[in-house]
Amino acid sequence: MLSVSNLHATVDEKEILKGLSLEVPAGEVHAIMGPNGAGKSTLSYVLTGRSGYEVTAGSATLDGEDLLALEPNERAAKGVFLSFQYPLEIPGVPALTFIRTALNAQRKARGEAEITAPEFLKLARQKAGELKIDFEMLKRALNVGFSGGEKKRMEILQMAMLSPRFLILDETDSGLDIDALRIVADGVNALRSPDRGMLVITHYQRLLDYIKPDRVHVLSAGRIVASGGPELALELEREGYDKYARAAA
Amino acid sequence: MAAVKQTVEHVASLEKYKHGFVTDIEQDFAPKGLNADTVRFISAKKNEPEWMLQWRLEAFERWLALDEPDWAKVSFPPIDYQDSYYYAAPKEKTGPKSLDEVDPDLLETYKKLGIPLREQEVLAGVVGAPKYAVDAVFDSVSVVTTFKKELAQVGVIFCSMSEAIREYPELVKQYLGTVVPVSDNYFACLNAAVFSDGSFVYVPPGVRCPMELSTYFRINAENSGQFERTLIIADKGAYVSYLEGCTAPMRDENQLHAAVVELVVLDDAEIKYSTVQNWYPGDPETGKGGIYNFVTKRADCRGDRSKVSWTQVETGSSITWKYPSCVLRGEGSSGEFYSIAITNGRQQADTGTKMIHLGANTRSRIISKGISAGRSSNTYRGLVSAHPKAKGARNFTQCDSLLIGKHCAAHTVPYIEARNGQSKFEHEATTTRLSEDQLFYAMQRGLTQEEAVQLLVNGFVKDVLQELPMEFAVEAQKLVAISLEGSVG
Repeated sequence: MLSVSNLHATVDEKEILKGLSLEVPAGEVHAIMGPNGAGKSTLSYVLTGRSGYEVTAGSATLDGEDLLALEPNERAAKGVFLSFQYPLEIPGVPALTFIRTALNAQRKARGEAEITAPEFLKLARQKAGELKIDFEMLKRALNVGFSGGEKKRMEILQMAMLSPRFLILDETDSGLDIDALRIVADGVNALRSPDRGMLVITHYQRLLDYIKPDRVHVLSAGRIVASGGPELALELEREGYDKYARAAA
Repeated sequence: MAAVKQTVEHVASLEKYKHGFVTDIEQDFAPKGLNADTVRFISAKKNEPEWMLQWRLEAFERWLALDEPDWAKVSFPPIDYQDSYYYAAPKEKTGPKSLDEVDPDLLETYKKLGIPLREQEVLAGVVGAPKYAVDAVFDSVSVVTTFKKELAQVGVIFCSMSEAIREYPELVKQYLGTVVPVSDNYFACLNAAVFSDGSFVYVPPGVRCPMELSTYFRINAENSGQFERTLIIADKGAYVSYLEGCTAPMRDENQLHAAVVELVVLDDAEIKYSTVQNWYPGDPETGKGGIYNFVTKRADCRGDRSKVSWTQVETGSSITWKYPSCVLRGEGSSGEFYSIAITNGRQQADTGTKMIHLGANTRSRIISKGISAGRSSNTYRGLVSAHPKAKGARNFTQCDSLLIGKHCAAHTVPYIEARNGQSKFEHEATTTRLSEDQLFYAMQRGLTQEEAVQLLVNGFVKDVLQELPMEFAVEAQKLVAISLEGSVG
């Protein structure tokens, strides 16, 4: 599914990713953990094509297709979804309008017909219900005046509605209390399927109690320095990132 | 800001102004230049009564003594008032009896603009679609007014100003120049001397005008100015909704549009006045050409509990200088101003409103959304004042500016004067840049860059768009998108 090889990327001419390689097969959930400044968010932005993040070497493909050559919206239409660490506020645009516009833009890019209004509303009601989001909230401007937890739930709602093939969760647990964390994790777990891949970027092991990863990778100083099973996350929780930070240095 | 830069470039590359065609039509001109004889020529051309000619001549005398205002935040080379035509009209031997006698080229022009001049064209639409009556003004002359009969049945007068002067002189004498006095300002005074045509509306007491009224202004002739004058009177308890639309061909020289609009609102009456202004904005690169839109619009809420609502979508013009205002004289009267002003390329806009609270318990509300892109400059200038007698006056003002790109400017110049201790004025203002973060967020969800900009901008102007009559809101939304493709996105 996702295949990243020897990826180098710079931000403001400073190299942040220094030869990162990673394979996430379909049906698996991989966690990326690492200290601050390791390049975790940079990885998520490079994979989704944010401007200002320049790839200087290496490749990233999704099912063999070169991602790096595509515009951000083209990657989205191919099924790449990023749940933002800090979701943006979109004043004056109701959440429903935003999601419907996005869904139809993706469908159009894939040569599919637009979703009808009744179909869309039915889907929105169902998914909002599953995430315990008050439907009335979807009529408000997206994320404007929403709490941190509500914003994260909105990200998961968008994810559920857009039904992407490859999911990147960037620090989804930050700012969530335990109840919200459980709801969000349930939403994410509901999307696990044999043909989907998932990359969960997190600082703390806590999230991985709820979203069980198949593999855990340690990202330090722009490279994957260790990989293992779920037990690696527990080890990191106990012992910290020190030894990997030294290894990378 | 790479994405924004691309958007701005992309917008600039689009064919921005689709109304830029010229209609080749035989026209009557007044001799170039401006003197008392020009004024007499215009008055004679329109078969006006003597009192009207005297009114114009007096205005002309006063205009000579006035100086062009220079306080607005706009700059342009001096206007040579002698180097322009003050009257241009489609040539006709006698007035057309029906549309069948109107020059087919002229009809074609309005067809291109998508404006229905034949009542059956309006009626041919979807069953149940709202009807709207149209007065079409081509250069200096009203070409046709539709649905006059149907309106007459309920006593509503909707005709060209020239016709009103001939047919309803008492009404015209009673109200003309009472809201915007002849010598109110330089451009209004010039208009009073040389105004050519415009629309006249009278809604009798207690009548709710059964359809939207609209006027479409088109400047076609070269080197000519357009000076139309509109007068709308809503008698006691009456209601009317009126929409004005404007376009002009793309020409290299600047053309002056100095219009005057007067609204008179009596007890319990309401006027809703909407403008979708899409004059040619000039060349986006060089700034060459385009319309100077120097317009005076004012409403006099004379009656108690009277109400006026101005909504404007300003996308065109090389320079806009315009402050649709409300004089809140009647007790409990209210005024509203909703504005979207978009500047792109080299456009300059200095626009806003004046809410003058004279009566007790008067209320006003101002929502202004300015969007600047390209190398344009966009200024909101507004006055809210309360007279000592205006006890309990209330105002709420919200002014938001959105910047797109790095080379544009936004200014907000609010004046607030409360001359009694029992008024409550609130003012909120924000200036934001269309953020790369928001654009990326929307694009990550699948929107193209252009769609993302449109969505964000539509969100920004939503509060104002929803004030437009339904059938024009869609048009305005598209216009915003087009202007932003060329300027904002």
